[in-house]
Amino acid sequence: MHTIIMPKMGDAMEEGTLVRWLKREGDPVQEGEPIAEIATDKATVEIEAPASGVLRGIRVAEGAVVPVNTPLAYILQEGEELPSETDGKATAPSATPAPAPAEPAAASAPSAAPAPTDGGTRILASPLARKIAAEHGIDLALIKGTGPKGRIVERDVLAYIQAQKAAAPQPAVAPVVAPEPAPAVAAPAAAERVESLNRLRLITAQRTTEAHQTIPHFYLTMEIDMENALALRQQLNQLDESLRISINDLIVKACAVALEKHPVINARYQDGQLVYPNGVHIGIAVAVEQGLLVAVVKHCEGKSLRRIAQEAQALIQKAREGKLLPDEMTGNTFTVSNLGMFGIEQFTAIINPPASAILAVGATKRIPVVQEDGSIVARHRMKVTLSCDHRVIDGAVGAQFLQTLKHILENPLLML
Amino acid sequence: MAVKLFREAIREALIEEMERDPNVILMGEDIGRYQGSFRVTEGLFQRFGPKRVWDTPISEPGFVAIAIGAAIEGLRPVVEMMTWSFALLAFDQIINHAAKILYKSGGACPVPIVIRGPAGPGRQLAAQHSNSVEAWLAHTPGLKVVLPSTPADAKGLLKTAIRDNNPVMFIEHPRLYLTKGEVPEGEYTIPFGVADIKRRGRDVTIVTYSRGVQIALNAAEQLAEQGIEVEVIDLRTLVPCDWETVFNSVRRTHRAIALHDDTRYVGFGAEIAAQIQEHAFDYLDAPVLRVAGADVPMPYNRHLEALAIPNEQRVIEAVREVLA
Repeated sequence: MHTIIMPKMGDAMEEGTLVRWLKREGDPVQEGEPIAEIATDKATVEIEAPASGVLRGIRVAEGAVVPVNTPLAYILQEGEELPSETDGKATAPSATPAPAPAEPAAASAPSAAPAPTDGGTRILASPLARKIAAEHGIDLALIKGTGPKGRIVERDVLAYIQAQKAAAPQPAVAPVVAPEPAPAVAAPAAAERVESLNRLRLITAQRTTEAHQTIPHFYLTMEIDMENALALRQQLNQLDESLRISINDLIVKACAVALEKHPVINARYQDGQLVYPNGVHIGIAVAVEQGLLVAVVKHCEGKSLRRIAQEAQALIQKAREGKLLPDEMTGNTFTVSNLGMFGIEQFTAIINPPASAILAVGATKRIPVVQEDGSIVARHRMKVTLSCDHRVIDGAVGAQFLQTLKHILENPLLML
Repeated sequence: MAVKLFREAIREALIEEMERDPNVILMGEDIGRYQGSFRVTEGLFQRFGPKRVWDTPISEPGFVAIAIGAAIEGLRPVVEMMTWSFALLAFDQIINHAAKILYKSGGACPVPIVIRGPAGPGRQLAAQHSNSVEAWLAHTPGLKVVLPSTPADAKGLLKTAIRDNNPVMFIEHPRLYLTKGEVPEGEYTIPFGVADIKRRGRDVTIVTYSRGVQIALNAAEQLAEQGIEVEVIDLRTLVPCDWETVFNSVRRTHRAIALHDDTRYVGFGAEIAAQIQEHAFDYLDAPVLRVAGADVPMPYNRHLEALAIPNEQRVIEAVREVLA
């Protein structure tokens, strides 16, 4: 018998959400086959079967939040039986750890009853219900639908949110006057619209606020000629079509080379000391539907341009699919944020700790350039802005780093 | 404001525009001496004479073609179809010529023509004379398509149609000719592409036009007694169409029903449903339903015809369904 537990996906992880079972009670499973999806703060990952057998004794319902190492289910081989204390009773999902003071009054209070599906794994819910649930970070699997065919509709999600609020700890003195019951259908918006942040946006809000308030930022802007880098990229992409190198890949690689030459940019401030990490780990800011993620290419030092491009593209893809592992979005020693594809000429970014600097990359544009002999030619230029933590990096040091970066991108053979 | 019949409002628009612009002429079968099958052109032959009010031969392709030519040469013909079902004979002229000449001439030849007349079921005109034509016409690039639901709208929209430099298909429902409504005094026009919210409501949006508007309003009245507030949007013009008003309404009500007399399959309601799901998907709490004519040739039998076209009860059932 094998026990499936809530895995610890990172040092900081203490609990995880069982998002959904990909297999059902009694399903045969193969070793290595995905059997469930779990979510941590930022990522959704699949748990694989540790052995072949039959999935039995599911103890944790979809949507439940449980501590790491909690048994979730078992895989039994032929002839094996479930341990006696597991009678197939599932841990009911509860968003608030504190027990509710009393039975939630509403008839449509959340229950562990399985959400309706179309016979497969998709939960039936209206687009509006899905949107509201996503805005509140609510898993639809927790909600019982009351619409046609058991479809989850707006009122079900609103009732669930109400019930959650009711179940939350109340102030010691209860209000004497009962609140007006909400109308069945939301009143026309007379006031401002209020939208709860999803988990990712909430974390982004907290971390950017903290970073901008606690790190003394300063900014350095440099214009870089991209003709040679673009020519190299074009040549590389023509010679080998199996992997398309992007401008961003070139920039990440150039940053890696420059960071090796300027280790202080790669360092971080910690309790009155400078800490030099044992590698160059470059984070790439990725916009995803729910907000912002940083995918980290680890140990860029010594990695070839192709290798960096491969890893970066794979990580960005995973980020967009919400499948980054916690380790793949932490520990960056430097960050690159590129808004060039939106035509942004230049911008300043907020440092993403533990890194001490972030490079804000603008669009590569063809502009008139006055050459040394006074003639004017059209050349591809790009503006980058380095945000520096002044506790670690002084102006001159940051400037030297940008000079090196410019030198590498203008002479891209230096990357090889 | 004076209360007028739908057909009187149309007549007023014709008179005012003919007096305003000597290039406006009327053409059609029996519109002059006989004063029109539905009496829309009553008195106009006497008032404007045979040069401005032409009785045409019974040849729709012929007189629509003449009207197109006259329009290219600078007149502004308003062609009456005794019924739009007769216009099917002239579809080559309408679709291959009127709709395309501006494009094919590189913008040199506008065709300022209005084709107007009754179309739609509900008067026991049987299969061949009960066609709803708006989906066919709205499907064709180059035509504007107008379907008024009230006397005031009919007058304001027809005046705009006559002044428009493009071919305008003006579709009057035969069941509306004898309906009454208040018509503003004095000069006014109603722009194309501006829907009219005929009733405000917060629970469900009914998107309709022409005869559907009155059905929707009657149903809304009954539903209001049960505490259900229906919003009724009268599109008034299908091309151009005021989608923003529809989307804004659905963003508030989260539910929508398309309503029309025309057959359901590939009817304009399909376009309404498609537009809503493309642009307001996240706001929907229920599927967009269609209440429309049955997909059959219209029966002559009074009871069968009633079964084949929308009514208040079917709208109420649809509202209940999206609110379930």
